[in-house]
Amino acid sequence: MPLGRLAAWLMIAPALILLFGVFVLPIGWFLVGSLAELGTLSEIWTEAQDVLFSGTVARVLVNTNVIGLIVTLLVLVIGYPVSYALSRAKGFAFTAILLCIVLPYFTSTIVRTYAWMVLLGRSGLINQILLGLGLVDAPLELMYNRTGVIIGMTYVLLPYMVLTLYAAMKAVDPRLLQAAEGMGASPVAVFLKVFMPLTLHGVIAGVLITFILAIGFFVTPALMGGPRDIMIAMLIEREVELTQNWASAAMMTIVLLAVTLILYGFYSRFAEKEAPR
Amino acid sequence: MSGSVDLESVTKRYGTETVVADVSLAIPQGEFFTLLGPSGSGKTTTLSMLAGFVVPDEGRVMLGGRDMTRVPPRSRGLGMVFQNYAIFPHLNVAENVAFPLTVKGAPKPEIKARTADALAMVKLTGFETRYARQLSGGQQQRVALARAIVGHPKVVLMDEPLGALDKNLRYHMQVEIKEIQQRLGMTVIYVTHDQEEALTMSDRIAIMDHGRIAQMGPPREVYENPDTSFVAAFLGEANLLKVRRDGDAVNGPGGARVVARGSLTSSEGLAFVRPEKVSVTAGTVETAPNHLPGQILHASFLGNIVRYAVTAAEGATLLCDVANGAGTEIHRPGDTVTLSWRAEDSRLLAG
Repeated sequence: MPLGRLAAWLMIAPALILLFGVFVLPIGWFLVGSLAELGTLSEIWTEAQDVLFSGTVARVLVNTNVIGLIVTLLVLVIGYPVSYALSRAKGFAFTAILLCIVLPYFTSTIVRTYAWMVLLGRSGLINQILLGLGLVDAPLELMYNRTGVIIGMTYVLLPYMVLTLYAAMKAVDPRLLQAAEGMGASPVAVFLKVFMPLTLHGVIAGVLITFILAIGFFVTPALMGGPRDIMIAMLIEREVELTQNWASAAMMTIVLLAVTLILYGFYSRFAEKEAPR
Repeated sequence: MSGSVDLESVTKRYGTETVVADVSLAIPQGEFFTLLGPSGSGKTTTLSMLAGFVVPDEGRVMLGGRDMTRVPPRSRGLGMVFQNYAIFPHLNVAENVAFPLTVKGAPKPEIKARTADALAMVKLTGFETRYARQLSGGQQQRVALARAIVGHPKVVLMDEPLGALDKNLRYHMQVEIKEIQQRLGMTVIYVTHDQEEALTMSDRIAIMDHGRIAQMGPPREVYENPDTSFVAAFLGEANLLKVRRDGDAVNGPGGARVVARGSLTSSEGLAFVRPEKVSVTAGTVETAPNHLPGQILHASFLGNIVRYAVTAAEGATLLCDVANGAGTEIHRPGDTVTLSWRAEDSRLLAG
């Protein structure tokens, strides 16, 4: 059904107005307003160099990227087989796997994070079991350090990867896999030479979306991390809430936004590209 | 290993449904063998059991005299052409064709030489770096064919390989497949529901119906001499006249005497005769065996032939194909005619 261009614009107008009013405008206001206080452009640039290349911010940026990379890798390694199972499952098994992945997301992030704290704490369930079985002598430090942040974030980000990969895997024609087998390919060869290349675009899209989301994380590292696991979003919040330094918050926001947009540019290219035909 | 293919009393069931029932085939090396049947007749399942994608519940699958019933597809050493071509979209033409050799770990120079050979054989030299989406349906079909023969398999399985092509292209590919098969001396097991294709290409045809082989033999034999009304009707057009036993004689519509090969197993049955074996003569001639008075219901001019639908007594309708030879006069609807055929061209079948 061909829609007139005007009709199409009218239909998305409410959403556009809402997004502009509650999202673009405040952010623009915040960024421009905060930076304008500093004076001229050259003064802003000098200040920006001071803020962004200061030890703290540089360290937090490195932290953010390292945590983001580790989490993305873990999510990929865990998510790929899950997605594969999901893409081959039918009926009840499909529903069961999907519910296991999606259901926890009907509760709020905070509740889920606290649930992890119950599990991972010094006297939490996991440590009690490990101690009870005699596998460890002292409780493991699973929280308030990088381990905690990584576990928590991996869990939260898993569905994004699984659902992205699922879409790519579902698009693979099973007859191609059967054909490969018929032509003499071992199961390993079928996977490496046919299945993986055909789902690669999904892997790239999944990795990018996971990493984009990971570097902007706030709640999980704030609640489950230690003092050395500060990520950029936490630092931005701290600048605003504690030191009221809106200008440096704005600068870090711009850095985060720029990185996100660049990665998103790549992402949209891979996400739009369907399985090679 | 020779290229002989044998199925020994193979049966496959899915739940309570028997898809292939006690099928036995003995196909010698180099034969072009076609499994022909309507959809759901079990021909594709039979092929899948040969390929190894489906394991039979009973019976054995023998390839080159060796029991392969439980051997996985990759170890059977067969060439395969799939219904949808199954061309890998992430590989170009040369990589697609080389796939069976690559996964076997053949040396690079050998892969290169054989791929070039196979592509030359299907006339696709120069298309090496193209991708499936850049090829026409016929070209994709050729890629699939080249890939099936690149490893010089003794046996190639083809599952409705020409189903998606238009009629003209189909005919060309039929000729080419047949030519390549003869040049390489390979055994081809070919699945199709297109009876014309089966007749053109095959050395032998097995017509399948409800999981069983209804009849098996060379094309002309099964066409001219069907054992059942199903085979008669499935392989092209067939007139099947209701006939009754009357003492020693057999009577057709309106009590017309029918003489044909074979005999009736019960008091009623069918007389089979192909439309092109029926002569159409204007007017009424004297009553004689296999002479049936009738009226032209419809005349279709098909170019090289004229096809008449003729109504005879008791509402029987016969199709008659008359060659449009020199000076042929075309009868008009309503014309009174007499149909006749030779006893040798007719056969009595169970109803």
